[in-house]
Amino acid sequence: MSVLRPDLEVIARHVPAGSRVLDVGCGDGELMHVLAHGKHVDARGIEIDPEEVERAVARGLSVMQGDANRELTAYPDDAFDYTVLSQTLQTAERPDLMLDELLRIGRKAFVSFPNFAHWRMRLALLWHGRMPVTSHLPVTWYETQNIHHVTVSDFRELLRQKGVSVERSWFFSSSREIGAMGANWRAEYAVYLLSR
Amino acid sequence: MATTSTLDTLNIALPAKLPLDSGQELENVCIAYQTYGELNADRSNAILVCHALTGDQHLASPHPITGKPGWWQRIVGPGLPLDTDKFHIICSNVIGSCMGSTGPASLAPDGKPYGMRFPVITIRDMVRAQIAMLDVMGIERLHGVVGGSMGGMQALSLSANFPERAARIMVIASTARHSAQNIAYHEVGRQAIMADPAWQGGDYYGSGQTPDKGLAVARMAAHITYLSEAGLTEKFGRRLQNRPNGEKGEKSFGFDADFQVESYLRYQGLSFTDRFDANSYLYITRATDYFDLAEEHGGRLADAFTDTKSRFCVVSFDTDWLYPTAESRNIVHALNASSAPVSFVELSAPYGHDSFLLNVPALDRVIKGFLEG
Repeated sequence: MSVLRPDLEVIARHVPAGSRVLDVGCGDGELMHVLAHGKHVDARGIEIDPEEVERAVARGLSVMQGDANRELTAYPDDAFDYTVLSQTLQTAERPDLMLDELLRIGRKAFVSFPNFAHWRMRLALLWHGRMPVTSHLPVTWYETQNIHHVTVSDFRELLRQKGVSVERSWFFSSSREIGAMGANWRAEYAVYLLSR
Repeated sequence: MATTSTLDTLNIALPAKLPLDSGQELENVCIAYQTYGELNADRSNAILVCHALTGDQHLASPHPITGKPGWWQRIVGPGLPLDTDKFHIICSNVIGSCMGSTGPASLAPDGKPYGMRFPVITIRDMVRAQIAMLDVMGIERLHGVVGGSMGGMQALSLSANFPERAARIMVIASTARHSAQNIAYHEVGRQAIMADPAWQGGDYYGSGQTPDKGLAVARMAAHITYLSEAGLTEKFGRRLQNRPNGEKGEKSFGFDADFQVESYLRYQGLSFTDRFDANSYLYITRATDYFDLAEEHGGRLADAFTDTKSRFCVVSFDTDWLYPTAESRNIVHALNASSAPVSFVELSAPYGHDSFLLNVPALDRVIKGFLEG
């Protein structure tokens, strides 16, 4: 089995066996594959890139090609135990509305995102005055799909405004898990388990 | 069972009368079919392939009239997407057709060809006949059903009406209902056939005259809908046809086939009349026009799939304007609403609706992955 990205590994570890999961922006189905085969999870996915979808279908996974900004409305309430949005929130047209949909379709939602307030990003912007290009966010500002640059603090504020409960959260720096203390400047990316 | 090039068509006589959506019954129904690969001991590895409107059971063996390779020759075989080392592939000719299954050219109980006395059939009637065939074969549950275009309609109808009978349903370049535009194109074809004096009210069998001109026009109109504008432009553009004596083509200021695209369509239309019966064309196009899976289930498409135990895979092509991607999405949304496991992918291919018959490697990978996954 291939090594999962750390945020996906955290999600895979905390999804209960046998549950129903929708992975939004599932790529070629890496997480779904682990969930379906390791934990007998009924995993479904949505992915916008047809080539990724083709690879996922060729793995025997149930993946829908579509734009999550529009496709999610077609799913009924409570259709899944868990929805997953990994490293995709920052590419959504309206991350706040996407969050609503995730928690409408699923009872709980895993959301992971890169933290734009990480100290390297802050320093790069401060010293060079240019949008940072890091190993974790390797694409220049004009090419990036990340249209909503979010920080851990921003996300917490959004959750507070929406009255969304945080079941658990995990923070990572250089693929290593770190504590919640000072996460807004120390974490390169964050994973949240949310519920209504 | 041979999988060689000289594959014989087999026949099954259905043991009972076939009830039809019209309320009529069809007696002495014969189904013509071919199989590829061995059926395993517990009869669990069968895949039913449903052919498109003018297709037939010659899935991967040469057509007896045209001599051309089977219509999915490149898909069926050892190690191929429909892997005959693993699966027992069945392809039967739909009722109403003219390649051995009971249709308008068959003899009615009075010993004369049915002609227009043949009852109007539906997609669901075609599927009923296939299920009756599977009953005779002793195949309780199919590993999968795969169909493109009208074959996809049959796959959907089978899943909705016989939800226990297949583990996997694959619908390629198809739709859950015929649109007004689809019906309109078919009506042009039917009117062309019926306007041909040789049609004789459908009673042309044995008269020495067949409505070839009408059928050719019907095929020409339909053929345009199977292609994409980009594909046609690339293949022909506005290029002129060389003269029969080899001189470079120029405008004739008449109505000969000046343009290459005209000559191509005329050839497509004429060669079709060699292998297809005009009345079958009327009946089968009618069956697809009547197809509306939601209507059969109280108007809500999702309700067609409430009892399904199948996994689904829906594939569309970005250049298909006959059954565009929106039609596939409509199916997929209904499947999602009924919580059926479904995959959907829109593949990129330049050939329009015909892409499902042509070399699109991504389609091969999706078929193989879905059937073996």
